[in-house]
Amino acid sequence: MRGDEILQRLRDRFAGAIVETHDHRGDHTAVVDRAGLVDVLRWCRDEPELRFDVLMDLTAVDYLKYPGREDGPRFEVVYHLFSVGHNHRLRIKVRVDEDDAQVPTAVDLWPIANWLEREVWDMFGVRFAGHPDPRRLLMYEEFVGHALRKDYPINRRQPLIGPKQ
Amino acid sequence: MGVGSFFTGKLDEAIGWARKYSIFQYPFVTACCGMEYMATACSHYDVDRFGAGLPRFSPRQADVLFVVGTISHKMAPVLKRIYDQMTEPKWVVAFGVCTCTGGFYDNYATVQGIDTIIPVDVYIPGCPPRPESVLDGLMKLQEKITVQAQRF
Amino acid sequence: MAETTTRAFMLGEGSGTGSGQNLQVGVGPAHPAMHGIIRINAELDGEVIRKADVEIGYLHRAFEKDCEVGGYNNAIPYTDRLNYVSPLINNFAYASAVEKLLGIDVTERCKFIRTAMSEISRVCDHLTCVGASAMELGAFTVFLYMIKAREFLWELIEDVTGARLTISYGRVGGVKADLPEGFAPKVAEAFKQTREVLDEVHRLLTGNRIFMDRMVGVGRLSREETLGYAITGPLLRAVGVGYDVRRAHPHWAYDRVEFEVPTQKDGDNYARYLVRMAEMEQSMRIAEQALAQMPGGAINVDFEGRPIDPAAYVDQGKQGKTEGLLLMPIRLSPNLQGQNRPEWEAVNTRDKRVILPPKETAYGSIEGLMNHFMLIMEGYGIRPPQGEAYFASEGANGELGFYVVSDGSDRPYRVRCRPPCLPPVAALHRMIEGEMIGDLVPTFGSVNMIGGELDR
Repeated sequence: MRGDEILQRLRDRFAGAIVETHDHRGDHTAVVDRAGLVDVLRWCRDEPELRFDVLMDLTAVDYLKYPGREDGPRFEVVYHLFSVGHNHRLRIKVRVDEDDAQVPTAVDLWPIANWLEREVWDMFGVRFAGHPDPRRLLMYEEFVGHALRKDYPINRRQPLIGPKQ
Repeated sequence: MGVGSFFTGKLDEAIGWARKYSIFQYPFVTACCGMEYMATACSHYDVDRFGAGLPRFSPRQADVLFVVGTISHKMAPVLKRIYDQMTEPKWVVAFGVCTCTGGFYDNYATVQGIDTIIPVDVYIPGCPPRPESVLDGLMKLQEKITVQAQRF
Repeated sequence: MAETTTRAFMLGEGSGTGSGQNLQVGVGPAHPAMHGIIRINAELDGEVIRKADVEIGYLHRAFEKDCEVGGYNNAIPYTDRLNYVSPLINNFAYASAVEKLLGIDVTERCKFIRTAMSEISRVCDHLTCVGASAMELGAFTVFLYMIKAREFLWELIEDVTGARLTISYGRVGGVKADLPEGFAPKVAEAFKQTREVLDEVHRLLTGNRIFMDRMVGVGRLSREETLGYAITGPLLRAVGVGYDVRRAHPHWAYDRVEFEVPTQKDGDNYARYLVRMAEMEQSMRIAEQALAQMPGGAINVDFEGRPIDPAAYVDQGKQGKTEGLLLMPIRLSPNLQGQNRPEWEAVNTRDKRVILPPKETAYGSIEGLMNHFMLIMEGYGIRPPQGEAYFASEGANGELGFYVVSDGSDRPYRVRCRPPCLPPVAALHRMIEGEMIGDLVPTFGSVNMIGGELDR
């Protein structure tokens, strides 16, 4: 299916949950409300004509210093979906505020979401409700802070941790 | 200066000669420098002709610790532990600029030079160093081994 | 498995001590399999792994944060060190993502150069992977042969880019410089040697009883799990799904070369080995075709003017004697950056917002000088419009994606690398649970985890 047809089907089915859609530079994107996120993702995976069986990437962007969006929701969690059978792609985004940085987990839909969500928690501090194993993935456990946030300076040194007991 | 110190001097040289031509390295390989380490160790830029061809993958059995590649803060305790487990005499070679000074990774995750954690004998800069640089560094290490006072 | 395999026969059905007390063994992070650093906490029952927990992050070097610090071209050396065995693919994928964000296209010759160099890099990666995993199984000779072949390819790469491993060859809008003269015969010679090596390795390993006993049926992953874990690349092709980004979304010059996408059915380590060996042959085919079809042919200077030595040219420009300098051709090696106009036009897109001007223009006219200045100074430089773009290319381990977000300034706002080896490592615990501890080594070798890419 072509990208604009996919977006049209999404808008028809989930009129309330879709906040906006665009296809900047040919990447078809839908921004979804957090409440309807899991339903949208499940429908994208199971609907036979879409069949997005691969969650290519799950990441987040911190819009704290973005010109024009400093007052809006701080984090945007981005899902890149791909269908091997139909060879089409879709990007789904969901916006969350800093004080309520929580998104429902996608682990039941795609098992790879386990590690990808752990990485988003490690780097951004966005929690995933219902995640079976919320640990840090890349940094050591005693690390304080979330490294990829815009207010974490790149040079901040933390005391070297000692050998594990 | 008497006859005694002449003999201990010659004995030191002899032991140094034996030690420098039988280097058992522990290649602590983490990152991209590992590829150049592999190239140095293999047939094109053979490191076996220096007597250093057998890597011992246990710190108890090795005497030179080649720290190859970036050390992050998560890995630093492991490096210190491996260094502590090695028996004397031991030497450390900082292979690659990430181990010398942190390289161009001046950030929250990288140790800015392993000499902040363990003492280093030879620094081999390069990102990654060409095998010729590695062999040069190895030869400098061999010189160092020869001239130092041997304890056993 | 219907009939009893040798392993089950020798060890008895359902091996394990059955005592219920499991032994915790931590494999790594400093372990001899020279792939990178990763820790596998395995719970063993006898020799059988009951549960495994994989811990990564020991090589986290803050790639994504470092990319936000400098300009768009400043991120290229960081991308080199992602998948450091095939760095050219990372460079070009990142540059293509930024070009997609800018909405520009590169020249034809540049596309063919990118295709050929990516494929040479891919062969290097597969040589390293198969060589290292063979070495861990005891076949040290195979490792030496493969590294020998890799040295021939690295000599080629050094001819083109100037460095063996961390090459920083791609640029936004093109590549650093054109190919050197006489490149195609050198490639032919290197490929001939590589094919001989692959032939020998086939004879040593592919029908080898010990190799097959250790690799067949080990580390198996089903098709549903492979897709559920978003695994792409040789591991996906080993379960029978012929997804290859070069076929599905042809970019650069992949739609103008002919190649096959090898697949296997079983999804075990042996199938992955066969897929990688077949892919190396296909990659060499692609590189030869790309070099043969390359447009722009021999490098000509096609307008009259006395050729001048480049150093004298620069001196004259600095002294202010600039009349006629714009038209005077200089004769630099085609392989050097900052080159003369004929080569510059062949490999760089004609977009003043992105590519540095050729030396004749920079020294010979004030517009060229200003263009050069604006691209280099802080605060100016490459400024894509606000937006985001995702570009996927086929890395050696699978789909390598770059997601770039721009805020209109000269620094990237967010660069995300979708690492192709993260999904197989996330699924590693599924591959080794139920296998014996000795099967961990070939399984991990066939996953081809590259630490720089996994932990970024």
